[in-house]
Amino acid sequence: MNNLQRNKIRDKAFKYFGVTCTFFGIFILGVFLFGIINDGVSRINWDFLTNLPSYRPKRAGILTAWTGTLWIFGLTAIIAIPLGIAAAIYLEEYGKKSWFANLLEINITNLAGVPSIIYGILGLEIFVRLAGLGGSLLAGSFTLSLLILPVIIVATREALKAVPLTTRTASYALGATKWQTIWNLILPASLSNIITGIILALARAIGETAPLIVIGALAYVPFVAKTPMDEFTVMPIQIFNWISRPQHGFTINAAAAIIILLAFVFVMNGIAVYIRIKAKKKSH
Amino acid sequence: MKSIKEKIIESILFTCALITVLTTLGIIWVLLSQSYSFFSEVSISEFLTDKEWTPLFSQKHFGIMPLVSGTLLTTLIAICVALPMGLTIAVYLNEYAPKGIRKTVKPILEILAAVPTVVYGFFALVVVTPFLQSIIPGLSGFNALSPGIVMGIMIIPFISSLSEDALAAVPKTLREASYGMGATKLQTSFKVLIPAASSGIIASVILALARAIGETMIVAIAAGQQPRLTFDPTVPVETITTYIVQVSMGDVPHGSLEYKTIFAAGITLFALTFLLNNISFWINKRYQQKYE
Repeated sequence: MNNLQRNKIRDKAFKYFGVTCTFFGIFILGVFLFGIINDGVSRINWDFLTNLPSYRPKRAGILTAWTGTLWIFGLTAIIAIPLGIAAAIYLEEYGKKSWFANLLEINITNLAGVPSIIYGILGLEIFVRLAGLGGSLLAGSFTLSLLILPVIIVATREALKAVPLTTRTASYALGATKWQTIWNLILPASLSNIITGIILALARAIGETAPLIVIGALAYVPFVAKTPMDEFTVMPIQIFNWISRPQHGFTINAAAAIIILLAFVFVMNGIAVYIRIKAKKKSH
Repeated sequence: MKSIKEKIIESILFTCALITVLTTLGIIWVLLSQSYSFFSEVSISEFLTDKEWTPLFSQKHFGIMPLVSGTLLTTLIAICVALPMGLTIAVYLNEYAPKGIRKTVKPILEILAAVPTVVYGFFALVVVTPFLQSIIPGLSGFNALSPGIVMGIMIIPFISSLSEDALAAVPKTLREASYGMGATKLQTSFKVLIPAASSGIIASVILALARAIGETMIVAIAAGQQPRLTFDPTVPVETITTYIVQVSMGDVPHGSLEYKTIFAAGITLFALTFLLNNISFWINKRYQQKYE
């Protein structure tokens, strides 16, 4: 066998190795999801969705957890979406090229890399103690809003950047002001990309556990939250709590709750991808 | 009139952008002020050199090293999984895979990073640890190996995606010159493209490192809560993040020395990730200048 043949064989071998690696992660995820569905799906029934937490695994339900997650989802969206879009518009359309804009940009890159648990520590001191919100839904939502703000800003900026220059110049030529141009033309044109980014950011927020544990979200909440000032729990914390218990019944409960949480996260990701694909088709 | 309205809108937008700066200042202020009062009771040299971390016991030791070693150990295991896999995937997608496969596989891989980490924790504890125990006798129920491997799977898309971008950015001329000399795809990839894209690849690895160091739930669920200065992957360890979770779930009184330990641990974690993120940012910036 000469050198050429040997190199060709190596090349082929690597190709198959590459295919294996590429599908390994996906394969593992598939095996795992199958396992979880197998374990947990029989546990999902109406009682599981509508029961309060209990120390008996068979009677425990996720009512407080999923309502808490919905609360957090809604409040975080209300806080983070306007802030994120506004900040992104400033950075992309107004503050370009000043030293301050440069600083903001480096700052956002850094914030995106701060571990989520550090945001929990920030929320604990600022929202829970200083602002006196306690371990409430509002404190949790503010904390998560700060956490996903960099994600929303980066995605919105990318969306704004993609609007062609001709749109702007045409609008200015007709005598429109900067804000009129942004509000009437640039935002509508970039809306679907912005929404995609926001959905992905919110999907991340509802999967977060660590920062909410730090600000004092409870594992055991025997009532459904009625106002933003109520104490709360969320799906990931409920899952964490059940995983930490030795009884097998709670492991099954955890698997069942994971199915519901993942369904929620995957549906959101799916919607985001769908909007992105649809927007791409439209622009072509 | 029009211009006044424009000015007001601009200042509202500016205020929103300012919140990101306030967030950073808030993080630094909270960590520094609370750590300051911690370090007025515990000396920095004890913090850095003591080999035990037992703030919640009656015999108190405040050495951060066991937590740092736990963090580095799980991170190292994660990188050992994610780097070869991620880089191979990047090379495969960039040089070998047909365009259709590349377009569909990339978003599917991103799903790995979208799964909530508490779910990976469950996976590590309920599936991977029992499986590893059947291969490695004497593996403890809580250990660094299992969460490390699972964390590695989670960060694969960080490395594969960014490395693929770096490989794709290598000028076509380099690739064509290599093929012109009769090199195979494998030779071109490893002898030409990877060296040329090395800074982008290194930046992606450092970013993945920072992500693994800050990861909380996987290690909190599957690595245990026993601070231990060891690099043995088969015994329970505790990471910085796990310790913060542990204190948050207990009932440590606000303002006590035990309470302040989470800020000392937090500032250590923040410093580590801040440093890594900035190195990555800096390498990436230099790299971009090279080819533009």
